Amino acid sequence: MNLNELTGHEINKLLARKEVSAIEVTEAVLKRIGKMDDRINAYVTVRSEEALREAEEIDKKIQRGEMGSPLMGIPIAIKDNICTRGVKTTCSSKILHNFQPPYDATVVAKLRKAGVIFIGKTNMDEFAMGSSTENSAFGSTHNPWNLNAVPGGSSGGSAAAVAAGETIFALGSDTGGSIRQPAGFCGVTGMKPTYGLVSRYGLVAFASSLDQIGPITRDIRDTAILMNLICGHDPKDSTSLNVPVPDYTQALVNDIKGLKIGIPKEYFGEGIELEVREAIEKAIEALKKLGANVKETSLPHTEYGVAIYYLIATAEASSNLARYDGVRYGYRTKSERRKAKGEMVQMYEDTRREGFGDEVKRRIMLGTYGLSAGYYDAYYLKAQKVRTLVREDFDKAFKDFHCLLTPTSSTPPFRIGEKIDDPLKMYLSDIFTISANLAGLPAISIPCGFTKGGLPIGLQLMAKPLNEEMLLRVAYTFEQNTDHHLRKPVLDADKKIATDDH
Amino acid sequence: MKISKKDVEHVAKLARLRLAEEEKEKFGKQLSEILEYVKKLNELDTEKVEPTSHVVPLKNVMREDEVRPSLPVEDVLRNAPVREGKYFKVPKIIQ
Repeated sequence: MNLNELTGHEINKLLARKEVSAIEVTEAVLKRIGKMDDRINAYVTVRSEEALREAEEIDKKIQRGEMGSPLMGIPIAIKDNICTRGVKTTCSSKILHNFQPPYDATVVAKLRKAGVIFIGKTNMDEFAMGSSTENSAFGSTHNPWNLNAVPGGSSGGSAAAVAAGETIFALGSDTGGSIRQPAGFCGVTGMKPTYGLVSRYGLVAFASSLDQIGPITRDIRDTAILMNLICGHDPKDSTSLNVPVPDYTQALVNDIKGLKIGIPKEYFGEGIELEVREAIEKAIEALKKLGANVKETSLPHTEYGVAIYYLIATAEASSNLARYDGVRYGYRTKSERRKAKGEMVQMYEDTRREGFGDEVKRRIMLGTYGLSAGYYDAYYLKAQKVRTLVREDFDKAFKDFHCLLTPTSSTPPFRIGEKIDDPLKMYLSDIFTISANLAGLPAISIPCGFTKGGLPIGLQLMAKPLNEEMLLRVAYTFEQNTDHHLRKPVLDADKKIATDDH
Repeated sequence: MKISKKDVEHVAKLARLRLAEEEKEKFGKQLSEILEYVKKLNELDTEKVEPTSHVVPLKNVMREDEVRPSLPVEDVLRNAPVREGKYFKVPKIIQ
């Protein structure tokens, strides 16, 4: 039994029965990282010694019979845009390459209190801007199922680490699909909660009206357990919802008889690849057999999602990223050009020129343009209005359906380098995940099959705001009656290493 | 929608980004393509549609004006690229 391949709830049982120790689990995960991560590059920072020290403390508590939270003693990986006190939080950007937050994000503080072991910080597209984790100042992350493929993004490091056995579970963030798309590409489970359900305090802001933190796990039960801990009102986030948080594990019921599931026809148009369509159709058949009432429906404004998103998200980003100026933290230029004239502005310009990567610059430019005098109404305001139409599509659909089912992505994981020089093509790869962010809905991606070449395919479920329980119930029922989530990429990756060694 | 070199220079200035000549050309071309694509929003009549700036109803959050603990100055200054004593140090602003 490889401890690093278990789920959190399985480890919890072993810890409670004192059959394994938190140190053993942590060592297994660290050993796996040592063996794999020079190939996968899932991590920006690994906390080997600190994690073992934390595990030792947890073991002492367990020995004393102080087993509290179901997450106690279980290793987690945190996306590198979520602040961890005293531990580098780089957003995979040169401009924050040495930033050590003086405080914890609210989700991190909650996990710390629950006795979770922080294994490390995961790689991502710089400032969460990307769909492939190729836009990292610290190199691309590779998909554990095929090292030449992207893991998706922007939470590609978190998803790849979960898939490769380099952590037990992880946190990611999702602005336009950045949890679900990489979860789909890596054959794991990823949930974006309702906007406002999880505090954004300490999440480095990209697009504030869209960003949300969520779990990436090996099964639905772990998703529910993590959701129980990270959700809830936070006075430090003024957009945080003040609503009661249910026990999400209660939603794990293996029964979907009579549930109405809608299939929006716009998600099955020309752009979808055959193997994805086939896997989704198979999943729909399985859900029908389990008693779901599946019918076609329509979200007519789906095709506008990408255009809305790239106007709104970039506008918000251009404002949020104005704070990186080389004054209070992070990188400052060494350039002497500023000596010539108007020193301060030259310092800003050179710092930002040297500190940001191409995609971040491109989005800051696009956002600044869309907000600039004379263009605001034509771009930003127009996008906000069409955003309303997208929301109304969903309101209408949820009058008839308990949840909606779509592919997570229109294609399987693409090759590293395939789309990196064509920003628009890359943006269009998010077309199925963006709408949930625009409407603030909860959505989840679960594994539903594989291509002939052995690459994972993800299925997305969306529900009404605050109806995470519906998603968990349908996903759990599907999972209990299929085995896609049990397939592991270890053989492929291990084989590659074995071959290379010879 | 064609973005001219002058537009690119203007936006880069607003965003405090200094671009090299070849970057101006590259970004100009890419931004033109993206703006051409987002023009599809104009297919829709939105005259009577309210904009969505946020999906949750937002209101100002107020609290009592009372002293609360804040981060220690030393912890905050530790990340400063350049500091002097208890201050962030920046280049000269006024001649």
